[in-house]
Amino acid sequence: MRRMQAEIETRRDNLRQAALQAREKPSVYGEDFDPSIYIKEGPTESGMTDLSPQLREVALLSGFDPEEKARSASFFQENDEVLYEKVAALYNGQVEVLSIERALEQYEWLWDYWWKTVAVDTDKFTAYTELHQKGGYFIRILPGAKVELPIQTCLLMSENEGSQRVHNIIIAEEGSSAQVITGCTTVPRIENGMHLGVSEFYLKKGADLTFTMVHNWAENFYVRPRTGALLEENASFVSNYILLKPVKSIQTNPRAILQGKGARARFNSIIHGRGDSVLDLGSVIELIGENTRGEAVSRAAAGDNSQVLMRGKLLARSNSAQARLECKGMLISEHARMQAIPELEVSAAPRADLTHEAAVGPISREAVEYVMARGLSEEEATSLIIQGFMKVGITGLPEILEKAVDEMAKSISEGGL
Amino acid sequence: MIILTLEKLSVKAQGELILDRVSLEIPPGETHILMGPNGSGKSTLLRAIMGLGGLRVVSGKIFFKGRDVTKLSVDERARLGMGIAMQSSPALPEVTLKGLAGVLAERFKHQWQPVAAELNCEYLLDRGLNDRFSGGESKRAELFQLMIQRPQLLLVDEPESGVDLVNIAVVGQALKKLLKPEKIKNREHSGLIITHTGHILNYLNADQGYVLINGKLVCEGNPRDLFEEISKHGFEGCLACAECKRR
Repeated sequence: MRRMQAEIETRRDNLRQAALQAREKPSVYGEDFDPSIYIKEGPTESGMTDLSPQLREVALLSGFDPEEKARSASFFQENDEVLYEKVAALYNGQVEVLSIERALEQYEWLWDYWWKTVAVDTDKFTAYTELHQKGGYFIRILPGAKVELPIQTCLLMSENEGSQRVHNIIIAEEGSSAQVITGCTTVPRIENGMHLGVSEFYLKKGADLTFTMVHNWAENFYVRPRTGALLEENASFVSNYILLKPVKSIQTNPRAILQGKGARARFNSIIHGRGDSVLDLGSVIELIGENTRGEAVSRAAAGDNSQVLMRGKLLARSNSAQARLECKGMLISEHARMQAIPELEVSAAPRADLTHEAAVGPISREAVEYVMARGLSEEEATSLIIQGFMKVGITGLPEILEKAVDEMAKSISEGGL
Repeated sequence: MIILTLEKLSVKAQGELILDRVSLEIPPGETHILMGPNGSGKSTLLRAIMGLGGLRVVSGKIFFKGRDVTKLSVDERARLGMGIAMQSSPALPEVTLKGLAGVLAERFKHQWQPVAAELNCEYLLDRGLNDRFSGGESKRAELFQLMIQRPQLLLVDEPESGVDLVNIAVVGQALKKLLKPEKIKNREHSGLIITHTGHILNYLNADQGYVLINGKLVCEGNPRDLFEEISKHGFEGCLACAECKRR
C-alpha cells in the first residue's frame, strides 16, 4: 500500500525541526567542536566513475577489495558522491545494496526505519547529519538468505577540509545471515576534515549479522559515528571495530537494543592510539528481552601522546539477561593516557547477571623475558604479546583484519617500548 | 668440548649476594643434578646461567661451548642452544600455547604436534600460556616448549614440584627422551636439573650431583649417593659425608 507523500513530508519536517533545535547541543561525551566549519554545500571534487589505482590501494587498507572476488556486494562512496553500488550475480535476490537516497525513493516503507534507533536530536552531530546528509548506504539481506561472502562498503574522503555526513541503514531480514565490512578512510594527501556517520541496524527474528568497521583516518580528522541496532527474537549481532591509524578525535558509543527474547549482541573493539589522537570509544548493550546475552570486549594499546578512553555500559531490564564487559588496555608510551569506565546497570530485574573486568597496565617485562628465553628477540617477543593481547577474546575477526592487527603489533614492537 | 663451564660465578639479586664463586663443568651428553635446601640459590643459579633479569653477575664467568656468554642477553643464549624450564613461570594469558609453539616450531624446524600429544598438552593448546595451569600442566607445557626448542643445554628447575605421580612419569619420560637416548654416542643434550624430592632420578641416569648451600657449591659426587645421604641425614649430614668430594 502506498503511503501518502504528505505523511512522509510531515515526518521529514518534524525531523528537520528537531535537528535545527539540536544544532548547538554538545555530545554528552568527547571533545566538542563546531561541525559547521566542515560543511560545504555544492558539488565536491569527486565524481569519478571508477576506482583509480591510488583509491584502490587506500580502499584495500580498510578491508575493501576492489577486485570484489570474494565479496557478495559492494558500495563505494567518495566524499558526497556514491561511485557505485553492486551486487554479485550469484547474490541477486539475496542482498540489496543501494545508496540511501535511491533506497528511500524506491521503498517508502524505509522511512519507518529512518532515525528510529538513533535520535535525530541526540547531539549536534546527529543534527548536522540530518540537516546536511549526503549519501550513505542501504543494505538489506533478504529473508532466509545466507550470504557467505562479505558485503563490503567503503566511505572515502579525498577532499581536504571537507566532510562526510552519511546515513546508513542495514536490515537483516528474518532468518538471514551475512557479514558486512565497512572501511572508512582518507587518501594520503588529506590532512583534516570531519566524518559524521549515522548507522542504523535492524535485525529481524533469527537474523545473524557481523559488522566490521575499520577506521583509517588522517591526523587532523574529527570523527563522530552514531550507531544504533535493534534486535528481534533470537537475532545475533556482532560488531567489530578496528582503529589502527592516528586521528584528531573520535567519539562513538554505539548502542544495541536487545528487544526480542534470546537476542545476542557482541561488541569487539581493537584500538591503537597513535600520535595525538583523542579517542572516546564505548558501547552500550541494553538487554530487554528474556534470555538476552551481551558481551563487550575492548583491547586498546595507547602509544605516543594518545588519550584513550574505553567506555562500556550494560543495562539489564530482564531477569534472565546475562552480559559481560571486558576492557583491557596496554600503555606503550610514557606520554599516553588511558581510562577505562565500565558501567553496569540493572533496572527492575534483580536476577539479571552482569559482570565486568577492566585492566590497564604496561607489558609485563617478565612475560617478554619468558618468551625471549625461547630464542625470540625482544622485538619479536613484544610483538607476539601485543598481537595476542589485541586479539585474545576477540572472535570472528576477518582474516584481513587479523593481518592488520599483526602488522600493528609488529610496528609497535619495532618502534620500541 | 665442555658444554657449560661456570668459573667462580658470583651473583647478586637486589644488592644481596646469592651465589658465591660457583664453579662447575658439564661435559657433552651429561646430566647433572643440583640439590640444596630452600633459599640456597638453586633457582638463581639456573636463571643466572640463562641470563634472566633481576640478577647481576658481580664476578666470574659463564662459558657455553667455550664461548663467554656472561654478558649475552637471554635470547642470544637461547639461540646459541641454551633452554630453561622454570619452576614457576609467569602467566601470559594473551599468548596461547599453540601460538608460541607455532613460532618455536618454525624457528627451530621441529614439528610441535607429535610433542603436544606425547606430553598430553593438546587440550592446553588454545589456552593462554601458564594461565591458571595446574602444577602438572605447567611443567608439561614448559617441557613441551623445550622439546620443540631442543636446546643443547637444558636447565630444568624442579620438574617434579607440585606435580602428581602420573605427571612426574610424563615429565620424567620426556626429559629422559631428550637427555638420554639409548646409545651414548647419540646423546646430543646436556642438562642441569634441580630436584628437591629426587623423584626425577628414577627416570634419568644422572652423571653428577651437586649440593648448593647458602650460595656455595659444598659437595659434588654421585647424584644417587648424594640424594640418599640427604634423605637420611638432611643437608647438614650431607656436609659431613665422607664419600663426597668436598669442594
